[in-house]
Amino acid sequence: MEVTINLNGTPETHEVEPRLLLVHFIREKAGLRGTHWGCDTSNCGTCVVWLDGKPVKSCTVLAAMADGRSVRTVEGLEQGGQLDPVQEGFMECHGLQCGFCTPGMLMTARALLDDNPDPTETEIREAISGQLCRCTGYENIVRSVRWAAEKEQGGPVTESETPAEVTA
Amino acid sequence: MQVPAPFAYERATSVEHAIALLGELGPEARVVAGGHSLIPMMKLRLARPDALVDINGLGAELAQIRVDGDELVIGSLARHADLLGSAVAGEHFPIFHDAEKVIADPVVRNFGTVGGSLCQADPAEDLAAVFAALDGVATVRGPAGVRQVRVRELHVGPYETVLAPDELMLELRVAIRPGGGSAYEKVERRVGDYPVAAAGAVIWLDGDTVRDVGIGLTAVGAAHFAAPEAEAALRGQPATEESFRAAAQLAAEHCNPSADQRGPVDYKRHLAAELTTRALRRAAARARGQEA
Ligand SMILES: Cc1cc2nc3c(=O)[nH]c(=O)nc-3n(C[C@H](O)[C@H](O)[C@H](O)COP(=O)(O)OP(=O)(O)OC[C@H]3O[C@@H](n4cnc5c(N)ncnc54)[C@H](O)[C@@H]3O)c2cc1C
Ligand code: FES
Ligand code: FES
Repeated sequence: MEVTINLNGTPETHEVEPRLLLVHFIREKAGLRGTHWGCDTSNCGTCVVWLDGKPVKSCTVLAAMADGRSVRTVEGLEQGGQLDPVQEGFMECHGLQCGFCTPGMLMTARALLDDNPDPTETEIREAISGQLCRCTGYENIVRSVRWAAEKEQGGPVTESETPAEVTA
Repeated sequence: MQVPAPFAYERATSVEHAIALLGELGPEARVVAGGHSLIPMMKLRLARPDALVDINGLGAELAQIRVDGDELVIGSLARHADLLGSAVAGEHFPIFHDAEKVIADPVVRNFGTVGGSLCQADPAEDLAAVFAALDGVATVRGPAGVRQVRVRELHVGPYETVLAPDELMLELRVAIRPGGGSAYEKVERRVGDYPVAAAGAVIWLDGDTVRDVGIGLTAVGAAHFAAPEAEAALRGQPATEESFRAAAQLAAEHCNPSADQRGPVDYKRHLAAELTTRALRRAAARARGQEA
């Protein structure tokens, strides 16, 4: 069957089997490898993308079910060459080590901040509770999301003063 | 890589169309709503439908949550997140918000549906116990028309309901009666997991007397997710800790838990009694206006 998905604002049309999962449409058909795929059992959340604006686990949705809909992936966070504040926050506060869980964490974090611009630590932990990180112990992920929230609110930014720069 | 076996895929454009498609595609076709129970089962070949009929385009018809006369109506395609976010559902039945906060995780709740939960008939499904406690009624439609099925009569066994292969669940109805309170209590191994055991209660008081009560239990092998013996024993009794404990004990005696990776039988039976007591206690406090 033919499936057309508006992927990060660009229509992607491919001939697929109905059993193709959305995560494989994104990675294999559209060639966007930012979205990861891990447990395959709907538990780890590294495959989280937005479907019509809501985070979903793309290993548990058929590409066919997303036909005619909009999907936003981690590649769609950066706008006009400018990283999204959640991406900056993860860099500033070391919100990743191996980076495997990061694409899903970033998409959930962005959705959380759109909904709740000033979340508490508990609210951040609740938002990412369906996602696993085996490296950070979550502490730095929570700090990264708070950093992004504070930047967007124009409040104090907790780490360095120049967020967008990566120090080598 | 886990991928389902091949199947045909059709997208329904209306309720009538969905039912017609199910008829044409035959008994091995399945509805797919959120797919968050069905797709994992298809990956594992625990389910192997020939065809899927996608009803996700029917949100306008099937995803409403509203009050109709003296009933709360929840569309089968309402997502868990919709029910958790519904002020009208929470106002009349706080049990929905108690339960939805602990069903799966926030991302799964964005896509899994209320109707899919009930039709999945997993022996540990949370909403089965919630609707059993509330004595909710499902509106079901097939080629011959519409019929009503009490949720207490919906499940005939693990992963099995009374729905025919070409019937679609449209909505769930719960009667709103004054003087009531409700609550849900769950023990899970970790965030986002199915319950080790869980209990829901709804109680109506006349002063300090229990006028009526509904008790639902899940993951402990309670027939139809309900505890009718405990309910009968509690009706007309004083709404006290002693009567709650006695009723909860009866509920635990009449359930039939099995040992699995979530725990042994005696632990689950203990939880059935303890969680029923807590749910009754909190439901009564809410009926008295003492707790939100
Ligand atoms: C990681 C994870 C954790 C979870 N944790 C919990 C938990 O803690 N507690 C809990 O209760 N559940 C839990 N679930 C299950 C979740 O609640 C269900 O997956 C979901 O709600 C089922 O709904 P669905 O829309 O995804 O159903 P689907 O998977 O689309 O369908 C399930 C079944 O119902 C049938 N069906 C669906 N809609 C209809 C309809 N309108 N009419 C007729 N038949 C229909 C389908 O044909 C299928 O047989 C979890 C799921 C996941 C993936
Ligand atoms: S790969 Fe989708 S949840 Fe783990
Ligand atoms: S950074 Fe390695 S799993 Fe999260």
